[in-house]
Amino acid sequence: MKVKICLGGAVVALLISVGVLAPVITPYDPNQQDLLAALQAPDYFAGKFFLGTDHVGRDILSRIIYGARISLVIASTVVLVSGIVGVGFGAISGYFGGRTDFAIQKAVEVVWAFPPLLLAIAILAFMGQGLGILIIALVAQRWIPYCRVARGQTLSLRARDFVTAARSLGASHGRIIGRHILPNLLQAAIVIGTFAMASAIISEASLSFLGLGVPPEIPTWGSMLADGREHISTSWWLALFPGLCIFMTVLGINLLGDGLRDILDPRLKRASSGVT
Amino acid sequence: MLTYTVKRVVGTVPVLLLITLLVFGLLQLAPGDPADILLPEEATHEDIAEARARWGLDKPFHEQYLTFLASAVQGDFGESFRYKESVTELLVQRFPATLELTFFATLFAVLIGVPLGVWAGARPNSWVDNFGSVFGFFGISMPSFWMGIMLILVVSGYFNLLPSAGRETYGVAGATITGFYTVDSLIEGNWKGFVDALSYIVMPAATLGVNMLGILMRVTRSAILDVTHEEFVTTARAKGLSGQVVLWRHIVRNALITIITVVGLELGTLLSGSIIVETVFAWPGIGNLLINGLGTRDYPLITGVVLAYTVLFVTVNFLIDISYGAIDPRIRFD
Repeated sequence: MKVKICLGGAVVALLISVGVLAPVITPYDPNQQDLLAALQAPDYFAGKFFLGTDHVGRDILSRIIYGARISLVIASTVVLVSGIVGVGFGAISGYFGGRTDFAIQKAVEVVWAFPPLLLAIAILAFMGQGLGILIIALVAQRWIPYCRVARGQTLSLRARDFVTAARSLGASHGRIIGRHILPNLLQAAIVIGTFAMASAIISEASLSFLGLGVPPEIPTWGSMLADGREHISTSWWLALFPGLCIFMTVLGINLLGDGLRDILDPRLKRASSGVT
Repeated sequence: MLTYTVKRVVGTVPVLLLITLLVFGLLQLAPGDPADILLPEEATHEDIAEARARWGLDKPFHEQYLTFLASAVQGDFGESFRYKESVTELLVQRFPATLELTFFATLFAVLIGVPLGVWAGARPNSWVDNFGSVFGFFGISMPSFWMGIMLILVVSGYFNLLPSAGRETYGVAGATITGFYTVDSLIEGNWKGFVDALSYIVMPAATLGVNMLGILMRVTRSAILDVTHEEFVTTARAKGLSGQVVLWRHIVRNALITIITVVGLELGTLLSGSIIVETVFAWPGIGNLLINGLGTRDYPLITGVVLAYTVLFVTVNFLIDISYGAIDPRIRFD
């Protein structure tokens, strides 16, 4: 358990550091083109380009570092927004019950009926591309696991003595949910959030790979893989390094999430595995 | 069982209706007027107005939705802008390729993931368990599109062992009977065609199935560990049954319900994963069709594919749900 948390935590810490320090540690501008230096192989010791260059001469290392930043920003925003929406709706659904619960659970059922990623693709296909729409598309299904768990926990919490006491003291519904129920839902939300982070990174990379992610001028690991596809038979580094970064990041976050779940709440094992 | 099945079928209808409403609502958010997209650039305002009236685009939202729903129920999604063919016909042509790929990916994941999970669960904390744990983590963390590209690079590019794209070598496959090339070649007794079809499907199926493999391995291991501590297992051992009999007849059999549930849940992930894998390997399924449609804003095609995927997903979940009773007779639905 400790090994998982240490390894996963180290990867996440590295990702955050690299993302935050991107403007300081990158050797080149990630969009700076140098056609004379196009498709240069990695030169780990003496060369100008540590991980090589792409088909228009952009430095792979600089783009990977900036890609970490984009992945981190998008994934954290998606996880945060999904958590707020999911826990909020889950708490309301479980607390009020009746028609409110029915309506929210019907919406959950409908959204959950789409295969993972397909709803995001449909949203991006119909609404167009952009950072904001990408986040909406990724949140569209990702709030469901939070909502289901939060609803289940609220159903049990609302019958507890401290909620009854708050109600008898005249506390409003909003106050009971905000002050007494929501704090009790946070632990589960954190565990779901770590796994959702990994799936958000893969989903963002997948959508970028399909050309549906952020605009082309923003370097992302997925779009780097898509850009490099045509040249991989001669320039293997175009595919290897961005993909390896996605893999290592997702592996690290999964390890961290697994370790955290074991500590915080082993019962959440099934609820947290959801959208990919 | 029959009452439960009927109830589930009836309960699925409103969900499907709401799905069509959601997809239709998204379609309305699409930028640009379909009449502007479909008509030539030299079309006048009158031409556009006439086309809008002809296609019912000037009608209120609910009327447009009801027309859309009536057509969708009959399997009519209109004509593809890009292919100039009926979307339904395109779906019928391409569907077997996606189903065949999904089937082989599931087979790959089940045949490797389940035995590895059983092996790891039967020997907790051994080297097998540790290896399985690492393998499982690698599986669930692997971005399928990257794995596909690396397989193409190494297996096809460097070693030239398997074809990197497409579904068949021209002239090797026989007549299309079911649309599943492996099955068609077997029906015709065309062994060369069968081997050819298999050679094309190995890499896409492994790429698509790798995440499911990781999840299945982990779930199987944990299900085996859970069942191992049950009292009936202790009783079976006390009766003097051999370790293998206890494992396969008592432990694995009781862990199956969890494994099948996860296989069912993961089938949905496989279906959407096939969109990416089909793009990487130029596999001519409906995922590839969707991506081609995205490039040309082919809204009838996109709508048709999204609804087809969703209906398939809902159907798979429904079948998995009602199959529990057959797998485990202790489960009763009333």
